[in-house]
Amino acid sequence: MAVIRFIFDGVREMFRGSREYWMWLAALSVVIIYGAWRYSGQITEGLVVTGMSDQVSWGFYISNFAFLVGIAAAAVLLVIPAYIFDRKDIKDVVLVGEGMAVAAVTMAILFVIADLGRPDRLWHLMPVIGRFHWPVSLLAWDVLVLSVYLLLNLAIPFYVLFMHYRGREPNIRLYFPFVVVAMFWAISIHTVTAFLFSANPARPFWHTSLLGPRFIASAFASGPALIIITLQTVRNVTSYHVSQTVIDTLALIMTTALQISLFFVGAELFTDFYNEGSHAASIHYLFFGLSGFASLRMWIWVALVLNVIAVVILMIHPLRQKTLLLNIACVLAFVGIWIEKGMGLVIPGFIPTPLGEIFEYAPTGTELSVAAGIWAFGILVFTLLAKAVIAIKLGKISYTLKLSYSY
Amino acid sequence: MSRDNGRRDGHSKFDQARRNILRAIGLGAAAAVAQPAWGGQTLQDAFASFFQKDYRRMSAEEIEAALERIERNAAARYGVEIDCQNTPPQPGVVFGYAINISRCRGYRDCVYACVQENNLGRDSQVQYIRVLQLEQGDFNLEHSDHYYDPETVPVEGKHYLPVQCMQCDDPPCVKACPVEATWMEPDGIVVVDYDWCIGCRYCMAACPYWARHFNWTVPEIPAEEINTNTHYLGNRPRPRGVVEKCHFCVQRTRKGRQPACMEACPTGARIFGNLLDPNSEIRYVLENKQVFRLKEDLGTEPKFWYYSD
Repeated sequence: MAVIRFIFDGVREMFRGSREYWMWLAALSVVIIYGAWRYSGQITEGLVVTGMSDQVSWGFYISNFAFLVGIAAAAVLLVIPAYIFDRKDIKDVVLVGEGMAVAAVTMAILFVIADLGRPDRLWHLMPVIGRFHWPVSLLAWDVLVLSVYLLLNLAIPFYVLFMHYRGREPNIRLYFPFVVVAMFWAISIHTVTAFLFSANPARPFWHTSLLGPRFIASAFASGPALIIITLQTVRNVTSYHVSQTVIDTLALIMTTALQISLFFVGAELFTDFYNEGSHAASIHYLFFGLSGFASLRMWIWVALVLNVIAVVILMIHPLRQKTLLLNIACVLAFVGIWIEKGMGLVIPGFIPTPLGEIFEYAPTGTELSVAAGIWAFGILVFTLLAKAVIAIKLGKISYTLKLSYSY
Repeated sequence: MSRDNGRRDGHSKFDQARRNILRAIGLGAAAAVAQPAWGGQTLQDAFASFFQKDYRRMSAEEIEAALERIERNAAARYGVEIDCQNTPPQPGVVFGYAINISRCRGYRDCVYACVQENNLGRDSQVQYIRVLQLEQGDFNLEHSDHYYDPETVPVEGKHYLPVQCMQCDDPPCVKACPVEATWMEPDGIVVVDYDWCIGCRYCMAACPYWARHFNWTVPEIPAEEINTNTHYLGNRPRPRGVVEKCHFCVQRTRKGRQPACMEACPTGARIFGNLLDPNSEIRYVLENKQVFRLKEDLGTEPKFWYYSD
């Protein structure tokens, strides 16, 4: 049974490595265990241990969820050039991108579960045994597209790697249709997540048709930012070859996406503020504060400044081509968009409430700890997947090698 | 909470005896032992609750079993014997509400009556009704005062606007729910199955009237203040982690009584009735007064109107 041996070898490779590798796994595990412990406190006490309220009924968890769906979708930026434009250099690293998509979707799902008042009733979401409100509820749509996206990003690399493991050439005609589906699916997951918010006339701040495009544009900036950093890490800590041309291409995509993203922010600001109506109350709260309340003001300006510095570095060719400056731009854009699309998008939607009440929100220690645990879990998932993927790609583990051992 | 707190003076000797027997056969003991793991339920009840179907898919027998579980849970949690019913909607009835805002003085008697009637958590201070205080001549909700607390109301130069669930005929909250735990009943009331809700709170984001409230913690109610006349879709004790909202006092109105807020209003500002009955008071108001609805531009079709003299 080659498949069983493949899985066994892959898993064994995940837990084999240098001292540094083990310390890395241990450090992640500590954060995960701490997060899990704090989550058990939330289970015992209820969501009262969070900073959320009837006024601001979604907080840090859903903010991270919205952001991470974008990271997951951005894997498509490797998939398209690799499979459609047949870029050999990118094809070499596309599995890393798909591993990142798996980790990001996993985190996104965990954030939604962490936010549930009744995680014990999760099975109510299952079709047939539960009562899945599809196609009416946008949240049902999100469950559907995220689950399928996770499966696609597990199945395609599984097949490609398995063939590699057996020393065979993957049959492109067999998996190419799935690659095409995965490409459109990537756009769909972030579009549906944007629609989840923009579907609500009750929340004028979200209720804009620009939200979908904004989500995609910002995801195509934050995603490549993370991939660029990750690929350099892979290059430094493993013997796997990552071509500089891949990073150059991603940096160019990121530049364009961040420019578009900032243009969209400007378009929103103009439309809301030129003739400021009551629909602009939330964005006014976000950028300038309202009636003396302004807990998000500093954050959104920080995000804006980070993104502007990043775009300036990226737009000037000589600057972008310096690795250090490119990395700085990546970190700035990643953090900037995390603030903008996370807390900067979810929280102001609730302030003021539909009845005009201003009630502020700040995440509690529980929320921060659980979030840290989920992030660490995602990074752990990615680390383990990448470890096995790289070993198989390098031919360190393979079926034929295995056979020669046994004889 | 001690179960002895639940002894109400009004209870007959028979009730007391029955409760003693219940306790003797181990309900109390099992609940006490199992408290941390099963939230005061017996293992069997916890198991049955977990696998309970959603309200609209339960058979008559399954609903009956669920009602009995609810009553046993209330006994374990509060030491009070409640009566949980499942009165169906009456045929030919769609409920509607109207408030005469020129009569509202901001007393909040409706708010307090609702809290009592509907077993709202006292610690959590959930209230289905919010009375907003506004400057005379101003109708911008963002200028409203939700927490007005003067010596006496009404305050000179202010007017008052009570807001609660509008029982929309095209409710965005119902569309939002990913598990169909909230829906509109044939008599027009938007209800929640507290045993089916997963607590995602998407409905709260979708509601333009801020009518939905979440149980961030277990709603605590002093045992002697519990309203024992309850309905599955209405004022029965709620678990933690689920959403709830105004349900037009379904436990009263389906039996022909007025909602508690209307009964409590000292100025007669509140009118409730059957929209399908041409002789009802609510129909008179709709046909003869200048009525308006909140946020009508959102297309949610509230069955809740405002008017003034």
